[in-house]
Amino acid sequence: MTGRNLPPLSLHVPEPSFRPGDEADYSSFPMPVAGAVRRPEIGAAPAEMRDLAYDMVRVLDPEGVAQGPWDPRLSSETLLKMLRSMALTRAFDERLYRAQRQGKTSFYMKCTGEEATSIAAAHALDYDDMCFPSYRQQGLLIARDWPIVDMINQIYSNRADRLKGRQMPIMYSVRDANFFSISGNLTTQYPQAVGWAMASAARGDTRIAAAWCGEGSTAEGDFHSAMTFAAVYRAPVILNVINNQWAISSFSGFAGAEATTFAARAIGYGIAGLRVDGNDALAVYAATQWAADRARSNHGPTLIEHFTYRAEGHSTSDDPTKYRSADEGTKWPLGDPIARLKKHVIGLGIWDEDRHAAMDREVAEQVKAAQREAEKNGVLHDGLKQSFDPMFEDVFETMPWHLEEQREQMLEERKAAGI
Amino acid sequence: MNMIQAINSALDVSMERDEGIVVLGEDVGYFGGVFKATEGLQKRYGKTRVFDTPISECGIIGVAVGMATYGLRPVPEIQFADYIYPALDQLVSEAARLRYRSAGEYTAPITVRTPFGGGIFGGQTHSQSPEGIFTHVAGLKTVIPSNPYDAKGLLIAAIEDNDPVIFFEPKRIYNGPFDGHYDRPVAPWSRFPESAVPTGHYRIELGKAKVVREGADVTILCYGTMVHVAKGVVEESGVDAEIVDLRTLVPLDIETVAASVKKTGRCVVVHEATKTAGYGAELSALVQEHCFHWLEAPVQRVTGWDTPYPHSLEWAYFPGPVRLTQALKRVMQD
Ligand SMILES: Cc1ncc(C[n+]2csc(CCOP(=O)(O)OP(=O)(O)O)c2C)c(N)n1
Repeated sequence: MTGRNLPPLSLHVPEPSFRPGDEADYSSFPMPVAGAVRRPEIGAAPAEMRDLAYDMVRVLDPEGVAQGPWDPRLSSETLLKMLRSMALTRAFDERLYRAQRQGKTSFYMKCTGEEATSIAAAHALDYDDMCFPSYRQQGLLIARDWPIVDMINQIYSNRADRLKGRQMPIMYSVRDANFFSISGNLTTQYPQAVGWAMASAARGDTRIAAAWCGEGSTAEGDFHSAMTFAAVYRAPVILNVINNQWAISSFSGFAGAEATTFAARAIGYGIAGLRVDGNDALAVYAATQWAADRARSNHGPTLIEHFTYRAEGHSTSDDPTKYRSADEGTKWPLGDPIARLKKHVIGLGIWDEDRHAAMDREVAEQVKAAQREAEKNGVLHDGLKQSFDPMFEDVFETMPWHLEEQREQMLEERKAAGI
Repeated sequence: MNMIQAINSALDVSMERDEGIVVLGEDVGYFGGVFKATEGLQKRYGKTRVFDTPISECGIIGVAVGMATYGLRPVPEIQFADYIYPALDQLVSEAARLRYRSAGEYTAPITVRTPFGGGIFGGQTHSQSPEGIFTHVAGLKTVIPSNPYDAKGLLIAAIEDNDPVIFFEPKRIYNGPFDGHYDRPVAPWSRFPESAVPTGHYRIELGKAKVVREGADVTILCYGTMVHVAKGVVEESGVDAEIVDLRTLVPLDIETVAASVKKTGRCVVVHEATKTAGYGAELSALVQEHCFHWLEAPVQRVTGWDTPYPHSLEWAYFPGPVRLTQALKRVMQD
């Protein structure tokens, strides 16, 4: 309205704290104290735990000692198994990243720095709980001891790829490991996980579902539909948000992080929300176990925000130095999940530097051997020489005439082209 | 039975036979659906098998896909086909492709029921015919019944099918066949033989069209409400047309279509949806591919206009008897 004596409006466009060339400085980062956050009963009402959506559950203190009511008190065996799965996942990422650089496949995505968010979670779930992952949860399969040769076959789209070379690398599907087929469309798995959980509840089953998405993905409509359905039907589901602070080049502010936390998204829906140090394997385990117990006892869904940091690029197609400060990752105050768990088990006297170094060599060797095994079935580009027949399969249960016709046509084309 | 009762009966019979079938959607539970298609089901099968949902089409279909992954057989309802767009991604990127992308590990045997089409003064948000959008998507089956008997048999077959099916219900003919003469009273289904619907279980195989009237001079390809418009026009005009009710658009019964066009040598394609890139384009192309040497005239398309459905001008939009009669004349002149 003209004539009103008001200053002009201005549009707020969020900016991350550091850009390339800036020195990352986290001195003003409020470091939550390990062990300080209370642990409510699993049946507590969401309205009674709003503080937990803004606080941060942490178990490991700076010395690697477990503190407070969220300490899951895990056996040595579980701790060391988690450590090994995390180390194996990192070795797997490093080797397959290199394989992409060598032209053996088209694409790869690492989860470096985020290993605890899937591996500790997988250990706290039962094997027959259904996982609806996004693309950065390779740790789930590794924690579930799924053969890594099979994973590499998928990445290579080779003859032995059970998905018949149809999916992008890393878009695994492993029904036998209760791991849902990964979609490239962000957040679609969220309402699907809720539906699976609703079905399980409707059937009087005891299994629960868990879903994962990135903080950037929480902006999708599916996220909000899933939250609504999860709340309305008290679905036995754990909804994980992996807040690694970057969605490709967009910092978390573009998903709303300046205004509130991602765990606090739960509050408006009347869902239990926990904010957890995602680089603390014990905190992730404890939060997942708490949420799983809650779901299994018919107390409904939990949203867990895992606060973590994407230590590497978004994918092999990304160069993060173009948009973020180079030392951001190293200065990141919550540290590295493997280093922190290692310090903990060494402190317990059940591990030492030598054994750790030996384990690192072993897992690297294990991945190398699996890679050699997988390469016997070919890599992406000779994969293209494999049979084209399955191309028209699985569109429908039985192939209708028009696909038969198109298949014939394709085979003729190939014959004419001499392939 | 009218069409609503036939659909209700199909759901009832199916739910009784298979515990895995669940019905979900806006208002489908306690109230029994705004068109009453799910009436009584919640009482019979309980709230965990028939339940109301939030107003979130993306949620309804997303949740249905998840339930199907679990091993159930969800039959979600989208209250009006016009509201299916928020769920489009879950249908197109997820349900349709799940079998393919997981190489058969996961499937989404869901049957999405949704009333579609105009003729009820629903304006542009209660009248659309989006079938062409779905027939374009690999991995979805598209089914459209034209009478109570078919509605029940086709719906049962759709529910028992292991692929995702979009089941479009022509709401204009829920209560009785409609020949396009909006100013004449519509007789209830009870006066017609197709209302003799068995109470038990039976299926009508998907992918099979039906010749509803044999004729020698021209083939009319149609489905849903337009089957009755075609019947009316043929009766009034005296043209000896063969009327083929497609019943399933994907997979299409190309054999019946081609046999009919080869016999008559002429073809008119009729649907209510907009013309450009509509399913009629696909039908014309198929007829041309399969029957070129038998054709004595170019294939004619009779469709809605390429505009949104205008509320007050509904009857100017609807491809009624006048438009079809003119097309028949054109195709017969050549
Ligand atoms: C529906 C949809 N929109 C956009 C994309 C492109 N895309 C792929 S990953 C990505 C960023 C996701 O960020 P976030 O959810 O934070 O997960 P992160 O990669 O950090 O793990 C985008 C925009 C997509 N895959 N799907």
